[in-house]
Amino acid sequence: MIPLHWFLLVAAGMFCLGLFGVLIRRNVVAILMSIELMLNAVNLNLVAFWRYLAPEHINGQMFAVFVFAVAAAEVSVGLALIISIYRNRDDVNAGDLNLLKW
Amino acid sequence: MKDWTFIVILSIVAMATPLAPILIGRLIGPRKGNELKNATYECGVETRGDTWVQFKVQYYIFALVFLVFDVEVVFLYPWAVAYNRLPLFGVLAGVVFVITLAEALIYTIRKDALRWI
Amino acid sequence: MSLTPLHAIFALMSLFTVGGAVGVVLNRNLIYAAMYLVLSLFGIAGLFILLEAPFLAAVQILVYVGAISVLITITVMVTRCVFCKEPPPRQLTLVAVMAALVMVTLGFVIMTRFGGLTPAADVPADSIEQLGVAFVNPQAYLVPFEVASILLLGALIGAIFIARDDLPRDEEAVGGDDHA
Repeated sequence: MIPLHWFLLVAAGMFCLGLFGVLIRRNVVAILMSIELMLNAVNLNLVAFWRYLAPEHINGQMFAVFVFAVAAAEVSVGLALIISIYRNRDDVNAGDLNLLKW
Repeated sequence: MKDWTFIVILSIVAMATPLAPILIGRLIGPRKGNELKNATYECGVETRGDTWVQFKVQYYIFALVFLVFDVEVVFLYPWAVAYNRLPLFGVLAGVVFVITLAEALIYTIRKDALRWI
Repeated sequence: MSLTPLHAIFALMSLFTVGGAVGVVLNRNLIYAAMYLVLSLFGIAGLFILLEAPFLAAVQILVYVGAISVLITITVMVTRCVFCKEPPPRQLTLVAVMAALVMVTLGFVIMTRFGGLTPAADVPADSIEQLGVAFVNPQAYLVPFEVASILLLGALIGAIFIARDDLPRDEEAVGGDDHA
């Protein structure tokens, strides 16, 4: 079997790319996609630790399933907000959404 | 792991099947392009205006409803697999889960969100 | 360490995952970024299979590839930003250095704490069944299970309420001066 650290390194690389994307992108949809990358990296970590450290307990898989549910809820509401913002302002760049800033 | 071998073979065959005609056609087919042949629609009407128009938000709502009930399946599948091992209480807990999400469906229908406008 | 087909599959799937992630982050065309996201999520599903969690691999394809990426693509189309490029990023080097630092730190911790670990035991054959039993067990995950259904209900109602087209129509006068 492949040693654990390879999976963890892939997940860490994905997480850092997601972090980079969140900070560098200007479009809100792109930021959300980067957040999805980070969530997937976390999920990969959970499942890898479950497989290598405690495969007889189902907690690792269970957490991954709940991460799926929360990610689905987050994406649906987040994208609805983006659509609503777009409808009101014709613009989805994060830097221009400063209505709440003062 | 043995079962996955077949899936790998299947996916290789599935990818090779459409790729083979394209590659063979590219290798042995003659290429004599003229302006008419290279048009986007060789036998059709040219598109007018921008092809990338804004889509209706209705598409989003359909995909949204699909996503929510997709995630419901994720929870119900292990519950259904374990059905024979569950006490009555466990079955009822699953039913409560389904009823809660049925409310979501009722809301969607009552709000007319599934009707195409 | 001898190389087996397993290593080759792992390398391919990691390539999909990380390469797709690079595409998502760097492609300034949102539709292409969404397609790279699909590639990356497929790679994750493959890694789940290598970790002997076929249920999660199926869920990954069903939920992420089948629904979430479709939702993201539709949003890109609804917000009319198809093939329009976003403005160039600011502070590129600073953010790149920061992300690289995080990566180096994580890599250091991973290599020192978890280097070369192999599985402790086999996966039980009835792991999906155990999952189903634990979902409805009051001593285990019954409350999160029911809360998840309420979360999904809330997400659906909220998202429909926010995204519906006809809602802002009667407050047109209020929304009109937003563009000032």
